[in-house]
Amino acid sequence: MACLTHPRRALSTNPLKASAPLGAALAYLGIERAVPLFHGAQGCTAFGMVHLVRHFKEAIPLQTTAMNEITTILGGADQLEQAIENLRKRANPKFIGIASTALTETRGEDVAGELRDILSRRKDFAETKVVYAATPDFEGGMQDGWAKAIEALVTALVPVTPAPDPDLRQVTLLPGVHLTPAEIEELVRMIRAFGLNPLVLPDISTSLDGHLAEDWSGCSLGGTPVDRIADVTRSACTLAIGEQMRGTAQIIEDKAAVPYRVFPSVTGLKAVDAFVRVLMELSGTQTPPPSLQRDRTRLQDAMLDAHFFTGALKVAIGAEPDLMFGLATTLTQMGAEIVTAVTTTQHSPVIERMPCDEVILGDLGDFERGAKAAGAQVLLTNSYGRMAAEALHLPLVRVGFPVFDRIGAQDACRVGYRGTRAFLFEVANAVQSVHHTPRPEDFGATPLPEEFSHVPHPASC
Amino acid sequence: MSEALKNKVAEVLNEPGCATNTAKADGARKKGCTKQLTPGAAAGGCAFDGAMITLQPITDVAHLVHAPLACWGNGWDNRSAASSGSDLYRKGFTTDLSELDIVMGHGEKKLFRAIHEVIKEQSPAAVFVYATCVTSLVGDDIEVVCKAAAEKWGTPVIPVNVPGFVGSKNLGNKLGGEALLDHVIGTIEPETTTPYDINIIGDFNLSGELWQVKPLLDKLGIRILGSISGDARYRQVAQMHRAKATMLVCSQALVNVARKIQERWGVPYFEGSFYGIADTSEALRKICGLLVEQGADVELLSRCEALIAEEEAKVWAALEPLRPRVAGKRVLLYTGGHKTWSVVAALQELGMEVVGTSMRKATQNDRARVVEIMGDANHMYENMAPREMYDMLRDAGADVLLSGGRSQFVALKARMPWVDVNQEKHEPYAGYMGMVDLVRAIDRSVNNPIWADLREPAPWDVPLTGGAVLPAPSGACPVTHVSAPMGRAPTLVPQTPSSPEVQTPQAAANPLEGLANSATDFEDC
Repeated sequence: MACLTHPRRALSTNPLKASAPLGAALAYLGIERAVPLFHGAQGCTAFGMVHLVRHFKEAIPLQTTAMNEITTILGGADQLEQAIENLRKRANPKFIGIASTALTETRGEDVAGELRDILSRRKDFAETKVVYAATPDFEGGMQDGWAKAIEALVTALVPVTPAPDPDLRQVTLLPGVHLTPAEIEELVRMIRAFGLNPLVLPDISTSLDGHLAEDWSGCSLGGTPVDRIADVTRSACTLAIGEQMRGTAQIIEDKAAVPYRVFPSVTGLKAVDAFVRVLMELSGTQTPPPSLQRDRTRLQDAMLDAHFFTGALKVAIGAEPDLMFGLATTLTQMGAEIVTAVTTTQHSPVIERMPCDEVILGDLGDFERGAKAAGAQVLLTNSYGRMAAEALHLPLVRVGFPVFDRIGAQDACRVGYRGTRAFLFEVANAVQSVHHTPRPEDFGATPLPEEFSHVPHPASC
Repeated sequence: MSEALKNKVAEVLNEPGCATNTAKADGARKKGCTKQLTPGAAAGGCAFDGAMITLQPITDVAHLVHAPLACWGNGWDNRSAASSGSDLYRKGFTTDLSELDIVMGHGEKKLFRAIHEVIKEQSPAAVFVYATCVTSLVGDDIEVVCKAAAEKWGTPVIPVNVPGFVGSKNLGNKLGGEALLDHVIGTIEPETTTPYDINIIGDFNLSGELWQVKPLLDKLGIRILGSISGDARYRQVAQMHRAKATMLVCSQALVNVARKIQERWGVPYFEGSFYGIADTSEALRKICGLLVEQGADVELLSRCEALIAEEEAKVWAALEPLRPRVAGKRVLLYTGGHKTWSVVAALQELGMEVVGTSMRKATQNDRARVVEIMGDANHMYENMAPREMYDMLRDAGADVLLSGGRSQFVALKARMPWVDVNQEKHEPYAGYMGMVDLVRAIDRSVNNPIWADLREPAPWDVPLTGGAVLPAPSGACPVTHVSAPMGRAPTLVPQTPSSPEVQTPQAAANPLEGLANSATDFEDC
């Protein structure tokens, strides 16, 4: 049970949080032939794009309405209309996802109203689906932006279906922003292993998995097809990964009476067991596929090997709530102690369920101070944590967003039996990477007298 | 936008020291060089981004961004400007305004407290405070807050008024420079001065580029007194008015600063570049020439010539072994800046062929130089869309692309070697030694064996020929328990799908059918 504390200070040092519009952009990139569009100044997009490019090492189609000071004051509806028109001309997307920024939200534009007006007037835009989510930078973190974007998308594109025509072999998978492409892929494999057919929304595992396409495209290179989105009404069940996706699952239930289950975490033996249990129920299978049973036994063995390193390990973690919760509970179940936990947004019920006393709503300055004061032995946060790692001489396990000083961020997999196993190895190996050879002085003993030492002398020949 | 900021923008956009601007007709010049951005088709950073490029490399300063999270939360610690001293400049300080701060008008108070906290915790040489779109829109007066904070805590607090929406990155570069002119340059007197003191403006010491040139200056006894802002200390910026000469490295961005230092304090400047062999030599000559004009001993000129002769001989000797590895390679150059002409000359000297170059941001002079160097104007491109560039590269119209990060993936996805020559690059290419590093980078990239492999077709893109002979199956299949047909002839692979051989009853009654539930199913269930 943890309580959330807000440090009383005006200065934020070394931000941990990535902004909400960035989360929305990433969500939109999980739709096929999509271009995310920031309603703001061009810098909002430029910084966001660089951030995404540094993480994924991919070209990111992210555009801007290029608000200037005059349109900011007089209103940006024209900018919005022009942007959609130009985007359609240049990239011919099937889907444009708009995210507002602090700039347009401070002015208080009624973007939703303007957009309705534009779309009703411009019949030529009909072939492109346009969705808008309000994601001011000053409110919440990346996972809030992601959640708001998907909620907006489901609200706009999923019809109210009082009498759905269910496909009992289909399940909807709603991954949170904390899942990497490899992690979505792992969950998809698990679901398919039960003979079920997953419909992933949004699916960055086919757009941002880092693949070499045969041609150049100005849109996302994969993702959930737009005309499949409405099919979430036909699923037997919605599986929401992370508390951030509860809202979306609820909207789908309200519209089409599709029941849902929320999994706060799919990392760690117990959490994965719970996920597998639901898949067994949905598929009516008592015996999961042999490969999955095998994976569980391998995770059990990995826990045995890793517990020597994770037992009583003092861990400092800085991440968005859902990611923090999943990794922190996994490590405490392995005997570790969370001595510092820093997160980005207060909008999450998992914060108070964190296995530690305090969660700080703060930045990497708080993270570094806390880790130092509590004598943390390993750090878990994004690449910006390298500064704290350098200052404290501690190993850093790079988790979350962004990871820009290592390649293959999209391939990190810490979910399912296999991913948990890899995560335990990762932490245990980070701990072992700090070499310490014991010295007599460490135990209070005097060093050996120097007179016993062999003094090398130059060879005579 | 305040009246003061509006005037400032108009002023920097009408820059008499800018060659592009002076070349324009009167009417066009008055309009300044702002281009209206196209919504949905814009690229590049905002004015705030530009100001940060200019100012952030000042190492012992706390850069405090007065904004909601995105401006700095998404942008900090993302450049490779190197420091030989403090690393304070790499830290990200922001007021991280919340909705409540904005709605209740707490911005100014929060900023004041944040300045206090950063001074208390970090004891910086100065605090630079950046206004952004939102804080300008709600009307926070950062100049007043900075003034009050500076008086109260005795540390210089410099307002940098660069809301992103006033314009482009280039404008921001200039506005950043103006902030230094207004508040920093000329505020500290150096302890000693020598006739060999210079300023370098427009080099940001990316990956240590300034240090590739510094040994040359060291050998000549020339001291870098002031710097904007490669490896700079606050003090160096504050005392740059006492230098004897200024070298302006990236002319488009900061010409306003060099010109005003000349006007106010009589420090002459010239535009030069440290990219390429000829330009490096030329820059050294001009530095020494200006210093001698300003009263340095005339023997500096002969020492300079001796150094140039020695270094040029050394660098060509170092490049010679690389010649066979790069000769004949076709280079496409796509950069915004025009400090690269002597790089082109050096690449040509090594037998490389420059097949094209972009002419964005180019002046008439630049065009004339391209024609001079490349023979004709056929290889100049205006702005190239990613799609066109991809097609050109995919058709192997070049062997390597030299460009900035923006076209990185266009090249890589077209299976084309790419060398980063822009500001985000992680390897320094300045001075004589930098040229060797650049050619090595091209060699390393072009001659990597992966390119040929990547362009090979996949196994399934080539039809099977021949076909291996497999023995007839015997016993029973372990999965289906169907026993092998007795006396069947050895199987030929591949079997054509229409062949009746496939339509055996065993294959038709496949008990696994229906289990695989999607075309992309790859799980071993």
